[in-house]
Amino acid sequence: MTMSIEITQEPPTHEDGEARLLIEVHDLVKHFGPVVALAGVSLDIQSSEVHCLLGDNGAGKSTLIKMLSGVHIPTKGDFFVDGKPVNFTSPRDALDAGIATVFQDLAMVPLLSITRNFFMGREPTRKIGPFSFMDMDFANHVAREEMRKIGIDIRDPQQAVGTLSGGERQCVAIARAVHFGAKVLILDEPTSALGVAQTSMVLKYIHRVRAKGIGVIFITHNVRHAYAVGDRFTVLNRGRTLGTFSKQEITLEELQTKMAGDKELQDLSDELGGTV
Amino acid sequence: MKKQINIPPTAVPVIDEVDERVSRFSMSRRLLSRPDLGAFAGVVLVFLFFGITASGTGMFASDGVLTWLTVTAQLMIIGTGAALLMVGGEFDLSVGSMIGFTGMMIAIPTTYFHVPIGLSVIMAFVVAMGIGALNGYIIVRTRLPSFIVTLASLFMLRGLTIALSIVFTNRTIVSGLKEYSDDSIVSWLFSAELFPGFFQWLAENDIIQSLPNGAPSVSGIPMLIVWAVVIAVIGHIVLMKTQVGNWIFASGGDANAARNVGVPVSAVKISLFMTTAFCATVYSACQVFEFGSAAADRGLLKEFEAIIAAVIGGCLLTGGYGSVIGACLGALIFGVVQMGILFTGAPNDWFQVFLGAMLLGAVIFNSSIRKRVTGEH
Ligand SMILES: Nc1ncnc2c1ncn2[C@@H]1O[C@H](COP(=O)(O)OP(=O)(O)OP(=O)(O)O)[C@@H](O)[C@H]1O
Ligand SMILES: [Mg+2]
Repeated sequence: MTMSIEITQEPPTHEDGEARLLIEVHDLVKHFGPVVALAGVSLDIQSSEVHCLLGDNGAGKSTLIKMLSGVHIPTKGDFFVDGKPVNFTSPRDALDAGIATVFQDLAMVPLLSITRNFFMGREPTRKIGPFSFMDMDFANHVAREEMRKIGIDIRDPQQAVGTLSGGERQCVAIARAVHFGAKVLILDEPTSALGVAQTSMVLKYIHRVRAKGIGVIFITHNVRHAYAVGDRFTVLNRGRTLGTFSKQEITLEELQTKMAGDKELQDLSDELGGTV
Repeated sequence: MKKQINIPPTAVPVIDEVDERVSRFSMSRRLLSRPDLGAFAGVVLVFLFFGITASGTGMFASDGVLTWLTVTAQLMIIGTGAALLMVGGEFDLSVGSMIGFTGMMIAIPTTYFHVPIGLSVIMAFVVAMGIGALNGYIIVRTRLPSFIVTLASLFMLRGLTIALSIVFTNRTIVSGLKEYSDDSIVSWLFSAELFPGFFQWLAENDIIQSLPNGAPSVSGIPMLIVWAVVIAVIGHIVLMKTQVGNWIFASGGDANAARNVGVPVSAVKISLFMTTAFCATVYSACQVFEFGSAAADRGLLKEFEAIIAAVIGGCLLTGGYGSVIGACLGALIFGVVQMGILFTGAPNDWFQVFLGAMLLGAVIFNSSIRKRVTGEH
């Protein structure tokens, strides 16, 4: 790993100065038949914070955020948005509540154009008499603009998403979520397929979104990326939290050790000559 | 090991220069990835072929044109429904049985129980769309392939049609509907011929042929064709220009992805099954009012013809890709070839050979298009 990132943190520019609690979950449990994917997780997201979710493969990170985004219905547990209890039964409910998500599998339809994917489920419409039509010109324009902002100049917004590279596809998903995430933005390993330039662009993006007062949940396996942009870190292990730590409480090294289930990685690192 | 990225508080650099790779995506490429391209080429070929081989046969005289336009219009009606459903990622094999069933639903209550004809027609539409909704509901709830669920409906509906016809009327062909339907609005709606005066005038001026008794060989534009055009135009606009159209593409392309971004996939699919049922009912109503009769075996194999039209028109069997225009062109190819073979006097069996070959060709062509669009290999 040669790219290490340290962000020159400047205090987030709050509109009102106060951090508000956006999402709060208590003892969230999720079973898939006999599989216990989450065994009681509590978490909260505030405005203008980047909350990193860390943990090994299968720890339950994706399951957790899928409940926050309405894909899975929790088996048990309390879920509050803006202090009010909610029961999301579909992703639409979460989107309506201002929670937008970049899923690990991206939720893109390869056969459809960038524009049609970008606005999938949230199509801009224009009325002509009593009929309402999809406003394609506007949609193309916005999709193109949003992709430019993330640093990708798409050649043709009508191009099918299937012909994009994996990273470009990821950028479409991120740009889409940013465009629609009014309150909370959830990113499930958004940088896994990205090159160095696009990754730092996404990290800058996260920072910028946070400055607008949006709460960001950021899942990654890269502790350095997490530490660079995160305000708080929740470490999951086998369906439970190992705790939530603020940046002041924990160093990068400590966080890395926590993620690796203590020590193991350090040993491995020594074995491999300190390069992990 | 430490580098720094400094985050400017606001601006993110925007790439302004034009991408030099833009030229790869030319107009021709966009044209080539149209789903209906193959069908369009097919139409041209078919017209060229029969324009030469059937030129002296009356196929392109006014009444000849009407015969293949009628076949085309019938298939356009159910083909539009099938295409929309296929783009939405499902099939409906119950269309043919639905045609027989709804025909009887219009004929039996009116001729045997003296239900007003308008009411019978409305009931037929309501029940058909209810059955369509049930098909859709079972499919979205159980996530079973629509192929198998609607195959079950194919048999159940056909069996039910024959069994109930025998229970109520002791026969499988119910005729004599004309005396109940004359002068009714529904009869006009499904079997009128528009602009008779105009066609009279055309015949008098020898622009179209006249029958020996002096009547024009084509007495007007049948409502069947009007229905076909209206349904196709609405289907095309909904699919390409509206929010619901985007939902249909998304549901068929990747139902899970669509659901995760808030597309009401289940509602979309159920509505599409209701649409195919609606189209089947329009088809059967036009037939019932034209002949004044209904038969329990009407519509046999029509589900396959509808699917063939959609596939020739560029719909992918896997969903998420296709067009209504393509399906209409597929219907046109079907109508021209079926009637063209009759006009040229070739044995009708050749039609089936041609149809199978056409279908195979279309599927191979479509899958190559799919690869081009998605970049798969
Ligand atoms: N639909 C499902 N049915 C059954 N088990 C599931 C389902 N979804 C997730 N699981 C199980 O729940 C556990 C947590 O999975 P999850 O996808 O949340 O892990 P993750 O932390 O996101 O891992 P990764 O870092 O690999 O993405 C896994 O053991 C997985 O097998
Ligand atoms: Mg995951």
